[in-house]
Amino acid sequence: MYDRKKGSRIAADRKRWEEGSLAKVLRRSPERSSRFSTVSDEEIAALYTPDILGGFDYGKELSFPGDYPYTRGVQPSMYRGRLWTMRQFAGYGTAEDTNRRFKYLLEQGQTGLSTAFHFPTLMGYDSDSQRARGEVGKCGVAIDSLKDMEILFDGIPLDKVTTSMTINGPAAMVFAMYLGVAEKQGVSFDKLGGTIQNDILKEYIAQHAWIFPPEPSMRIITDILGYCSDYVPKWNTISISGYHIREAGSTAVQELAFTLADGIAYVKAGVEAGIPVDKFAPRLSYFFNAHMDFFEEVAKFRAARRMWARIMKERFKAKDENSWKLRFHTQTAGCTLTAQQPLNNVARVALQALSAVLGGTQSLHTNSMDETLALPTEQAATVALRTQQIIAEESGAANTIDPLGGSFFVEKMTEDMEAKAMEYIRKIDDMGGMVAAIKRGYPQREIADAAFHYQRLVDAAEKKIVGVNCYKMDEDLPIPILKIDENVEKKQVERTREVRRKRNTKLVKARIEALKDASLSGANLMPVLLDAFREYATLGEVCDALRETLGTYTDPAMF
Amino acid sequence: MASAAKRQVAGKNGKPDRKVRILIGKPGLDGHDRGAKIIARALRDAGFEIIYTGLHQTPEMIVNAAAQEDVDGIGLSILSGAHNYLLPRIVSMLKEKKMNDVVVFGGGIIPDEDIPKLRKKGVDRVFTPGTPLQEIVTYVRERVRPRK
Repeated sequence: MYDRKKGSRIAADRKRWEEGSLAKVLRRSPERSSRFSTVSDEEIAALYTPDILGGFDYGKELSFPGDYPYTRGVQPSMYRGRLWTMRQFAGYGTAEDTNRRFKYLLEQGQTGLSTAFHFPTLMGYDSDSQRARGEVGKCGVAIDSLKDMEILFDGIPLDKVTTSMTINGPAAMVFAMYLGVAEKQGVSFDKLGGTIQNDILKEYIAQHAWIFPPEPSMRIITDILGYCSDYVPKWNTISISGYHIREAGSTAVQELAFTLADGIAYVKAGVEAGIPVDKFAPRLSYFFNAHMDFFEEVAKFRAARRMWARIMKERFKAKDENSWKLRFHTQTAGCTLTAQQPLNNVARVALQALSAVLGGTQSLHTNSMDETLALPTEQAATVALRTQQIIAEESGAANTIDPLGGSFFVEKMTEDMEAKAMEYIRKIDDMGGMVAAIKRGYPQREIADAAFHYQRLVDAAEKKIVGVNCYKMDEDLPIPILKIDENVEKKQVERTREVRRKRNTKLVKARIEALKDASLSGANLMPVLLDAFREYATLGEVCDALRETLGTYTDPAMF
Repeated sequence: MASAAKRQVAGKNGKPDRKVRILIGKPGLDGHDRGAKIIARALRDAGFEIIYTGLHQTPEMIVNAAAQEDVDGIGLSILSGAHNYLLPRIVSMLKEKKMNDVVVFGGGIIPDEDIPKLRKKGVDRVFTPGTPLQEIVTYVRERVRPRK
């Protein structure tokens, strides 16, 4: 792309410009700051010129959309063919409440579903557990048994709509329940499309909703990989997630590095479990955060695609092109939203969403302006969805492929991101891989350090947040907030108890014993889980049984 | 963690010389510990002794840890929406243990309208998102004293 000879001329010209016209202006009026940096605190130069890219090779670094290494996108036509999937995360209260919100969002033009489960479900407890007091339906929907899952997807054809489910510790359990609903709807498993997050390594690193220790958790994941490659071939088995790593306070490079290192660990585990890499790798997908620093984010998405392609081809010797392609979902950064002047969050979300689109995302969730206060109201959720639709239909951003490709700044940043993230991945390899690194607390510590560093910069107003450390107002304009009815807990507890009364308890007990046996013998857990949930075993009962056989995990509590 | 017995209590000028001990806790099931960890570090850097409970703590676990560690203040972070149940529960359990003089403060995703109710139930102060660290450090310095 760049002629070396011309490159050196540009470097000389730039020097002349720096010492001449630029220096003259700076003497008169200095720059706003002594140092400019990204939100991750990576230093940024005043100007990027072609010479900075050195021996940049278009074919090797970029190539064409749909071609290795996919820097410019995983599909040849990208959004000119089909827009990204608009997949808003939703879930609160009971299954009925969430079913209603799902249908509302589909009516408003959303193109896929995404389920938020409440904390007791994420941790494998039933709503009537002592641990669930005060939490039922607050941060997501309560799912205790197949009954709840049937209500959640009532009137939603699972062969037509794809659903993403944010579930990790009990991913296999919730997925088994979903398969149970598909059976009831008469949809064969090979017609099912969707995603379970199923990314347990990220849980130990950042999100912290786990049940079992790392090793048995990895075994459950390879059970899912094996089962899906045989029976549910269109299902995305793991959504390898940087989102929560970033929310926990990592930098963009750390998000990229730790997420891909998790991906490497899953591929390694699948291969070691005896599944051929090209049989499961095409169904792995990624999930990234779209944070506030526009160009840094675009570069991160582009670097991620290129790195994964290289890792899969060179390191794992995958042959299928679909194994090389990094497909990803994006969510705008919840942690950047402010409780102060919450309407400003609409602007933040729009910019973050645009970076995801220019980065080539396959699906997108835009946060609602009220999410630092509570779960979204219907109105706030609608504005968030409309933000995506405005980018798609009005802005023109979807009309050409990778419009920032070739930007000296973006290409340089993409290169730097890749180099810095590879450095982290090498370190993790040296520790023996991600599971070993997590046990040492390495990524956890790196993220906590970055989070603390950033907070210091915000407190010193070196990183500006409008409405928080600049442009403050004495009184914020209040916005409506969604309140979860305190009766949800009572209603949900009653339903779960009724499910337990009505089922064949003897049969449930036998199925749970069979599950325990399978967990000890190493047999694939998916069929036995499905058997148990068909008889209306509850999530808590199943997870308790496996807590006995597989053990539990406790946070190392470091700060 | 130094045990209570080992602590230096007598100091110069008749004033207790020991460090104020603060427990930072994460009650409930949410795993959002970014804020809790940042505050733990900021308070430690400001010279307080910090006990961090780690995640997924029940009110019982937090109150037991507070008693065992003989803390002077408890800072609780909740982002799950379960604050209206968990925070008052912790305060009332402290009362049962006759630990009324432990100052309880909190933060997280807590709507403004819930704050007066929580204060009435004995939560001394609730910090909302965007609070500068220095404000929390100053509050703890002024408000939390070593218990006799």
